[in-house]
Amino acid sequence: MATRHFRSTARLMMAPAVILLLGWMLVPLTMTLWFSFRRYLPLRGGDLGWAGFDNYVRFVTSGAFWPSVQTTLIIVGGVLVITVALGVVLALLLDQPIWGQGAVRILVIAPFFVMPTVSALVWKNMFMDPVNGLFAHLWRFFGAEPVAWLSDVPLASIVVIVSWQWLPFATLILLTAVQSLDREQLEAAEMDGASPLARFGFIVLPHLSRAITIVVLIQTIFLLSIFAEIFVTTGGAFGTRTLTYLIYQRVLESQNVGLGSAGGVYAIILANIVAIFLMRIVGKNLDR
Amino acid sequence: MGQITLERVSKSFGHTEVIPPLDLTIEDGEFCVFVGPSGCGKSTLLRLIAGLDDITSGAVLIDGQDASDVPPAKRGLAMVFQSYALYPHMSVRKNIAFPMRMARIPQDEQNRRIEAAAKALNLTDYLDRRPGQLSGGQRQRVAIGRAIVREPSAFLFDEPLSNLDAALRVGMRLEISELHERLRATMIYVTHDQVEAMTMADKIVVLRAGHIEQVGSPLELYRTPRNLFVAGFIGSPKMNLIGGNEAARHDAHTIGIRPEHIDVSEDGCWQGTVGVAEHLGSDTFLHVHGTGFGGTLTVRTTGEVTLAHGDTVRLLPRAGRIHRFDASGLRIV
Ligand SMILES: Nc1ncnc2c1ncn2[C@@H]1O[C@H](COP(=O)(O)OP(=O)(O)OP(=O)(O)O)[C@@H](O)[C@H]1O
Ligand SMILES: [Mg+2]
Repeated sequence: MATRHFRSTARLMMAPAVILLLGWMLVPLTMTLWFSFRRYLPLRGGDLGWAGFDNYVRFVTSGAFWPSVQTTLIIVGGVLVITVALGVVLALLLDQPIWGQGAVRILVIAPFFVMPTVSALVWKNMFMDPVNGLFAHLWRFFGAEPVAWLSDVPLASIVVIVSWQWLPFATLILLTAVQSLDREQLEAAEMDGASPLARFGFIVLPHLSRAITIVVLIQTIFLLSIFAEIFVTTGGAFGTRTLTYLIYQRVLESQNVGLGSAGGVYAIILANIVAIFLMRIVGKNLDR
Repeated sequence: MGQITLERVSKSFGHTEVIPPLDLTIEDGEFCVFVGPSGCGKSTLLRLIAGLDDITSGAVLIDGQDASDVPPAKRGLAMVFQSYALYPHMSVRKNIAFPMRMARIPQDEQNRRIEAAAKALNLTDYLDRRPGQLSGGQRQRVAIGRAIVREPSAFLFDEPLSNLDAALRVGMRLEISELHERLRATMIYVTHDQVEAMTMADKIVVLRAGHIEQVGSPLELYRTPRNLFVAGFIGSPKMNLIGGNEAARHDAHTIGIRPEHIDVSEDGCWQGTVGVAEHLGSDTFLHVHGTGFGGTLTVRTTGEVTLAHGDTVRLLPRAGRIHRFDASGLRIV
């Protein structure tokens, strides 16, 4: 009896949080769905009635749609490859006994605490500025012509900035995985005649596969919606317009809420396709 | 071929010397057991031989060749770790094949050796399982299988049975002994289990704090322990050590007598009261106090004695079985 009583009390106590979370999720989702079927132009007459699937058709047939999907996937993919690869290398290095280990680890984690807007601005003005940026000075020091990073190679620049922000996260998760590797396994492999490279490939990497899966899944969720980094650097110009950014432009720059909402629904669908795709490829690592 | 010689080998971690310089030769085909209390440097010594740790000074010779700077994989030794150190994401077959794969041995030769090892170790039905799906004893056998297929000149075992239950341990002990009979390869085996040391070894090396206290066959160590430490360490239950007047009567600082060399007899020269009588069925261990020697005396008698707590017994040490030690603990011959 006591447990049943306890359970109903527990349900009662949890209800506010659950309801709040549900509302938090459901209200915007329902509103997005609702607006996506309306002709809603706030500055040009407000809600002008039912639109059917017009918004959906217009959003996909606009010339900006497919390039924005492509840009989104390139940025997500690029950042994932860079953060996982460098994260593994950094985790292995940080696992070595070095002097001042604690301080080094905190320094490595530091970028994660910088707000995206701030870090993008710092990169834009301090490093990538073609006149006063650190890279420009470096290039000139070696007698080369400074590169206008954000207009010449805008996509790569944004990938670098976002990777810099997410590298600490990947490193941290991979470091804990590296630390949980049984030393005797590495020693056994060494006695079995495995070279350092073979030891990495046959022992370390399989051990890390689970952690890599988690890094990939979590980062993908957040990377699909990056916005600030693009907003403060290129403002969506030079082919850096992601799906999120396109939606923003439709809603706020063109003041077309209906069209933007339809884009939002496409973004949800894209995110789910990517998620299913990832689950298929890497999700089986989590089953073990 | 697998003769291993240590010449003035020492090992320090930072400023602490764990192994002071020591000399030791292990002959080809010998089953050599390292025993000693916890922390005495058994594992360290094994790792020095394997090459997993670098020696601080001295030389490790394998078949007369200096191998001190040879990397572990090139020494022709195989090691079985206490934790087994199997590769968890590989099947048993892949685990066993791993050293051969690293050595680029042809596939059909690999298969032949895997089948042979699996048959010898009763692993044929488990080849496609992962280590996580095996029992402790089966994992142990996979670890041995992985060592066998390399056809090493010597095997190094670091307390391989300490994670197993008592019954399984007896079984595996026999299997390893049989393996040694069959392969005739050198084996170096670390344990702190008395029985393993006595039953398996051709040669026992008793270590204390990195020093070799005595090297010899099990019976040599049992019959003629070189000092008090070895006397107390080898044999189960432990040897009775008696000092004071009784020792002085034998012109010694301390005398030792094993429980199995004391008889309960009417005309015994020692007398005491039975404290606890442990009936094992085959034997009975009597813990006798009030003998006037200080402490209790352990006596081993047949299983059928009916002596119980509080009974008075007379005890007779067998002639020629009393070990005598001087003030520094060394055996008097
Ligand atoms: N990496 C290391 N750094 C410093 N000291 C160490 C290191 N490895 C071992 N030691 C010390 O060396 C001594 C011998 O250790 P070792 O592991 O060889 O003992 P052991 O005889 O195998 O003991 P056990 O029976 O408990 O396994 C111990 O006192 C230990 O503290
Ligand atoms: Mg040990």
